[in-house]
Amino acid sequence: MTSVAVPVNARPKLARGVRMTTSEAHGGPVLLAPERIVRLDTVAADIVSRCDGHLTLAELIDTLAERYAAPRETIAADVTTLLRALADKRLIDL
Amino acid sequence: MDPVPAPLGLLAELTHRCPLGCPYCSNPLALEPPADELDTAAWSRVFREAAALGVLQVHLSGGEPGLRPDLAALVGAARAAGLYTNLITSAVGLSERRLGALVAAGLDHIQISIQDSDPAEADRIAHRAGAFARKREIARAAVRLGLPLTVNCVIHRGNIGRLAAIVALAAELGADRVEIAHAQYHGWALANRAALMPTPDQITAAGPLIEQLRDAYRGGLMLDAVMPDHHSGWAKPCLGGWGRRSLNVTPTGLVLPCHAAQTIPGLVFWSVRDHSLADIWRSSPAFAAFRGTAWMREPCASCARREHDFGGCRCQAFALTGDAQATDPACRLSPDHAVVLDLARSARDEPFRWRA
Repeated sequence: MTSVAVPVNARPKLARGVRMTTSEAHGGPVLLAPERIVRLDTVAADIVSRCDGHLTLAELIDTLAERYAAPRETIAADVTTLLRALADKRLIDL
Repeated sequence: MDPVPAPLGLLAELTHRCPLGCPYCSNPLALEPPADELDTAAWSRVFREAAALGVLQVHLSGGEPGLRPDLAALVGAARAAGLYTNLITSAVGLSERRLGALVAAGLDHIQISIQDSDPAEADRIAHRAGAFARKREIARAAVRLGLPLTVNCVIHRGNIGRLAAIVALAAELGADRVEIAHAQYHGWALANRAALMPTPDQITAAGPLIEQLRDAYRGGLMLDAVMPDHHSGWAKPCLGGWGRRSLNVTPTGLVLPCHAAQTIPGLVFWSVRDHSLADIWRSSPAFAAFRGTAWMREPCASCARREHDFGGCRCQAFALTGDAQATDPACRLSPDHAVVLDLARSARDEPFRWRA
């Protein structure tokens, strides 16, 4: 499957009108958006919580590669796939 | 383990009053009187109880919520409770200054209804001169204030031919989303069904056009469409299943599984004046009546789709068959499916019955 690449100098942030919160009743982190609620697993939530509009994608990947002690290429692929999917749903701005 | 899942959304009908009189209004034909409306403190308590119960989003609606002088306080109370706060408004009765106060109080999102892309026709349907111009003004103000904007348009026979212009208007106003919502035949829309129902040809043409528009605006304006269930042959799950995801609080505090549930005779609704929201969600007779699948008869009871569509819309089943436990006639497996097929051909030019 191919998707449009995310530039490494992108500074991802939550899209307008989107907030992240944690819901005990619904089993953890969720993104709240107009007429939508999207559940996140803990790794996705960790990534999204760093999307503050300041960190670049490259910096985000470096930080996560260190945190999860995983090869940079693996992290880069996972993060890019997640952010592209969230951007396609208008939950993240790239 | 709690067998009842936690709800996600709460529709707060702050008032039934409205400056508009659309012939497809989803409010009941008998409106609740203003004097009996819940006050600020009662709504604030409802929002806190909702958040504690697991509700994540509150939709402040009506009638026209802008007619509540305490709207900013209610937005503030919902945000303080931790809820994502969505205002569903006609925009008539709001001003840029008031919008500013709502933003300051923490409003997350605004949905503004439009009736049509054609100004004269829009005002005719809204039953109010000048409404269209006012809506444009407030939509622009919302965008200036940085509020994410959804434009909602109820689609019926009179405006279905202008779908592309309606979507273009939403884009021009700076909306992030547009909802193309085919009229749901409850409340006033049921009273005006023959005059509102699009022809089968119109519905057939609308589907591919909506897909084209979705592609044309991809990346800019997001297009969500609620298609009618009269033509697909499959029932739609009512709000994701009766008593599974959302609850609706009327202006005077009755808690309903859906906004039209009072059309079903014999259901007992509890009030937030007498019970906690958690109690009502878990134990009120109206929520228990059609929750899950145990209430179902055939063909629903053994159907592979029973956990998908939950038998369809109970209000529509009652409205069309006189039996709220029947399979929704929108489903091709319903013994009453012919009723829906007849309805889909029932478009008839006749005068609207207007909401007083």
